[in-house]
Amino acid sequence: MGVRIQTKDFDAGAEIAALRRNNPKIGAVASFIGVCRDANEGTAVTKMTLEHYPGMTEKALEKIVAEAKARWDVMEVLVVHRVGELKPTDQIVLVVVTGAHRGEAFAACEFIMDYLKTRAPFWKKEETPQGARWVEARASDDEAAQRWEPPKSSAA
Amino acid sequence: MKIKVLYLASLREQLGKSGEDLEIPAATSTVAGLRALLMARGGAWQAALAQGRALRVAVNQEMAQPATPVKPGDEIAFFPPVTGG
Repeated sequence: MGVRIQTKDFDAGAEIAALRRNNPKIGAVASFIGVCRDANEGTAVTKMTLEHYPGMTEKALEKIVAEAKARWDVMEVLVVHRVGELKPTDQIVLVVVTGAHRGEAFAACEFIMDYLKTRAPFWKKEETPQGARWVEARASDDEAAQRWEPPKSSAA
Repeated sequence: MKIKVLYLASLREQLGKSGEDLEIPAATSTVAGLRALLMARGGAWQAALAQGRALRVAVNQEMAQPATPVKPGDEIAFFPPVTGG
């Protein structure tokens, strides 16, 4: 289990192998990789710079991972997020969840990504042919995160 | 009281500043109070921190609300909604 912020690229295969090593209880590995696209909102993107809030970022991600482990029966969790300059086709983020069965691993992996998108202090600035611009937060990301909120109690 | 304030991402660019150590009146005891104090500087401060602007605040690296208390020595960060992943 772990949370890492780094400028360098990651090798998902090597990370998964390390997470699974010598653990015969693992029956499922769910993973997600977020990748830099060459366009956003109809405009070409030539590169992006990812900024974060050192200190808070690690705490926020650790809290999200702890919540995932409390909600689903999973074993190991790894989150690797890159910062700095990235180009289209570059990998941005890796989430890996291992568990005994796929259902819990899939759910925990998706939950972690949805919460990361709305709660971890990262910001993207894109370079476009029209100049640089900060990426705006999307309402659809808030809606994706809200799916995981516990139902509101109707008790008085 | 002395506090540390940080401005991140687009907010840093709008304010031309990444952060500052501030001495604020003891009566400024909440996040909302600090925001009002900074807005009173006028100009870019008034515009960037105006009510209605999508803005997030963290106190000591935990997400905060307008009513969250501000205490001596706290680190308060203002930033736009996050866009990682």
